[in-house]
Amino acid sequence: MEWVNTIVQGILTGGLYAMFAAGLSLIFGVMRLVNIAHGDLIVLAAYVALVVTETLGINPLVSLAFVVPIMAIAGYVLQRTILNRTLGDDLLPPLLVTFGLSIIIQNALLEIFTADSRKLNAGPIETASIEVLPGISLGVLPLLQFVLAVAVIAAMQFLFYRTATGRAFRATSDDQPVSQLMGLDNRHVFALAMALSLAIVAIAGVLLAVRANFDPSIGPARLIFGFEAVIIGGLGSMWGTLAGGIILGVSQAIGAKIDPGWQLLAGHLVFLFILAIRPQGLFPKVQ
Amino acid sequence: MGAAAIRVVHSTRSSRIGVAGFALLFVMLAAAPFWAERSDLRLLVEIFTYVALASLWNLLAGYAGLVSVGQQAYVGLGAYILFGLAIFAGINPVWTIPIAGLISAVIAIPVAFLIFRLRGHYFAIGTWVVAEVFRLLAAQIGPLGGGSGISLPVATVTAIAETRQMREFLIYWIALALLVVILGLIVMLLRSRYGLALTAIRDNETAALSNGVNVTRTKLVVYVITAAGTAMIGALIFLQKLRISPDVAFSVNEWTAFVIFIVVIGGVGRLEGPIIGTIVFFLLRETLADLGALYLLMLGIVAIGVMLKAPKGIWGYVADRFGWELFPLARRVERRDGPPP
Amino acid sequence: MPEPLLDIRALDAFYGDFQALFGISLAVPANSVVSFVGANGAGKSTLLKSIAGLMPAKADAITFDGEAIGDKPAYDVAKRGIALVPEGRRLFPSLSVEENLMIGGQLGRAGPWSLARVYELFPVLFERRNTSATALSGGQQQMCAIGRALMANPRLMMCDEISLGLAPIIVRDIYARLPQIAAAGITLVIVEQDVAQALKAADHVYCMQEGRIVLQGRTGDITRKAVSAAYFGV
Repeated sequence: MEWVNTIVQGILTGGLYAMFAAGLSLIFGVMRLVNIAHGDLIVLAAYVALVVTETLGINPLVSLAFVVPIMAIAGYVLQRTILNRTLGDDLLPPLLVTFGLSIIIQNALLEIFTADSRKLNAGPIETASIEVLPGISLGVLPLLQFVLAVAVIAAMQFLFYRTATGRAFRATSDDQPVSQLMGLDNRHVFALAMALSLAIVAIAGVLLAVRANFDPSIGPARLIFGFEAVIIGGLGSMWGTLAGGIILGVSQAIGAKIDPGWQLLAGHLVFLFILAIRPQGLFPKVQ
Repeated sequence: MGAAAIRVVHSTRSSRIGVAGFALLFVMLAAAPFWAERSDLRLLVEIFTYVALASLWNLLAGYAGLVSVGQQAYVGLGAYILFGLAIFAGINPVWTIPIAGLISAVIAIPVAFLIFRLRGHYFAIGTWVVAEVFRLLAAQIGPLGGGSGISLPVATVTAIAETRQMREFLIYWIALALLVVILGLIVMLLRSRYGLALTAIRDNETAALSNGVNVTRTKLVVYVITAAGTAMIGALIFLQKLRISPDVAFSVNEWTAFVIFIVVIGGVGRLEGPIIGTIVFFLLRETLADLGALYLLMLGIVAIGVMLKAPKGIWGYVADRFGWELFPLARRVERRDGPPP
Repeated sequence: MPEPLLDIRALDAFYGDFQALFGISLAVPANSVVSFVGANGAGKSTLLKSIAGLMPAKADAITFDGEAIGDKPAYDVAKRGIALVPEGRRLFPSLSVEENLMIGGQLGRAGPWSLARVYELFPVLFERRNTSATALSGGQQQMCAIGRALMANPRLMMCDEISLGLAPIIVRDIYARLPQIAAAGITLVIVEQDVAQALKAADHVYCMQEGRIVLQGRTGDITRKAVSAAYFGV
């Protein structure tokens, strides 16, 4: 029963990882850019939430109403002013610029908020739990997190495949010159994609900040978790990304159960194992 | 004009000046223990190691197109091999440096097999995952201090050389020698058929493939050589520090972020870039290091600025403008008979 | 003489150091059908790309409906009512047939063309509207590409090598629909390697060679022999 509990907790954490991954794979899908600063942007969103909750005295979950638009606007501006200028055939510029951005965000946060660990307090909901089966109780907060992750992925799936914006994303991803012939300004399309990515980052950041301690240095690990979830799940598949996140979460939970030092290692090893036996991921998109 | 009348010439006027300058510089630097302060020697060792790390990363990313953000994996690996062999096998730490290079080269092969499955940007994060795995594994080695690390025992340290001064001289000369060997190897590699293959791959991978260049093998060779060189430098860095811990040995900031910024600022895909970049990096550090986090922040801004405004870096700008080249790398066809035009 | 819909004056185009067009000047009147013929590399596609905004040009080198558009980006040119059916169709592989048409119409320009009207012109597209664009035959892909351009309700539609890689019977079938399109008030610019087809479909023909116009005239006044001579550069 203890093991069942471990696995269930792992699944719930996996939802969060899937959310780290969703924004990453959206950007990669639309403009073939891997945003190395993705994890640091998640941490940045957590700090934005910290400032909003402390200034306005509101619950962190309510602060989403501010953090999501703030991050989305930041994403749009970031893409239009900096990242669009790095896109092209050369891999190096986008990689190095987002890497530089990662260092800038980490150190700016360090300078403003110090290296102290912080956490957002969501109130009584944090300790609330429901007993689903005898011996297995689920925290309301982790459950809410998981449901939100599934909702975010479902919404992205809908947006991508059922709306005009999604069509524009896919068309621009397929063929940039021709998408411009259709009247799409790809700089604007890319900026919209980044805005959407950072909106998801904002949700992930707030949930992370409510669930665990955070400090300016934890961004890169979130990037890696998100990346592993994307690769495990298979490129270009949103539900695959959710499955990838869950596999990663469960692997880490089992690793931690065996030995606390093995939590992260177990996740990485499962990732490398899947890369070795099935490099296209478990659920690649069928073209 | 017969075939015998043509030859491929690598050197240019500026590269002949460059080579002569390097020879003079080498003699001066080799004699540094006799004219420099102790603190200067330590700084020079650090500069040498950064020039070497940056040149290796430049070979990997700038020439082979393998953009890695996980080279700290091999810095740490080399360092841990040195500590492991010196402490458990009682091997003189100095001799463990080449061994660290060899072992890391062997380990790099299966690693390459895994991460070469990832394309482009995802390759970069894959290298980072590998570095994280190495770091977490190192933290699991109890006899080497686990997560908190370990110092080299006094007996091992004195085995290097009797006096502290001799040890520092020795480490200095090893650092200089390693740097010269690594730079020499890179120049030789780029002048060999692998160099031409690398240029072909960089210009157009598909075209190179269809012209019979074995792209994967060429990349593998570069990846393994870079891993070996990076590991030897890593071993040397921690021989100087005398203390190791997973977080420092596998630090992404120290061994990859700084290195990448150095190469970007100096000029990607040019041998001179890492040298110029290291000089700029240390000038900035010596003047701004007191600023702490702000210094890193500024470094990030400078690197982004250079990438956007002058993507070829400082040396790229200078070389394009004046046609300078310090290393004899260019290939020009000259007629053997008669003076060149 | 009324002001032409499209007016090109001394247009140059470059790929890096290579000059592909040399001082091209021509005028396309509204409601006409104009075709360009020439061998591979003569600069026909480059000319269309320049007009569509995919190649940099001087602002006043291209005037459309009285406005200088030479320096405008492609998405802006599209908004003004110029559509290009690109060489090789270039449908979006991750979009279905209907989505390809819808993305063509996403600018929302007013006009007679709609999904229903395109399906009326090419009924086979309606049958296959939910399949992936890559699953279509070559001829169907070409119809989809034309339909996608029509969905923008353009004033000027440019077609690059419609016949490329298609069976003659399918080429004839597609060309047979062009008069319907022209009748709806769209000015057509056609690039063709198939000289017979080009002469039949157009009112005015231009022959290009090495980035220059070497021969031009009304299709009634110009002999096939003269075109062939210009085409092969003899």
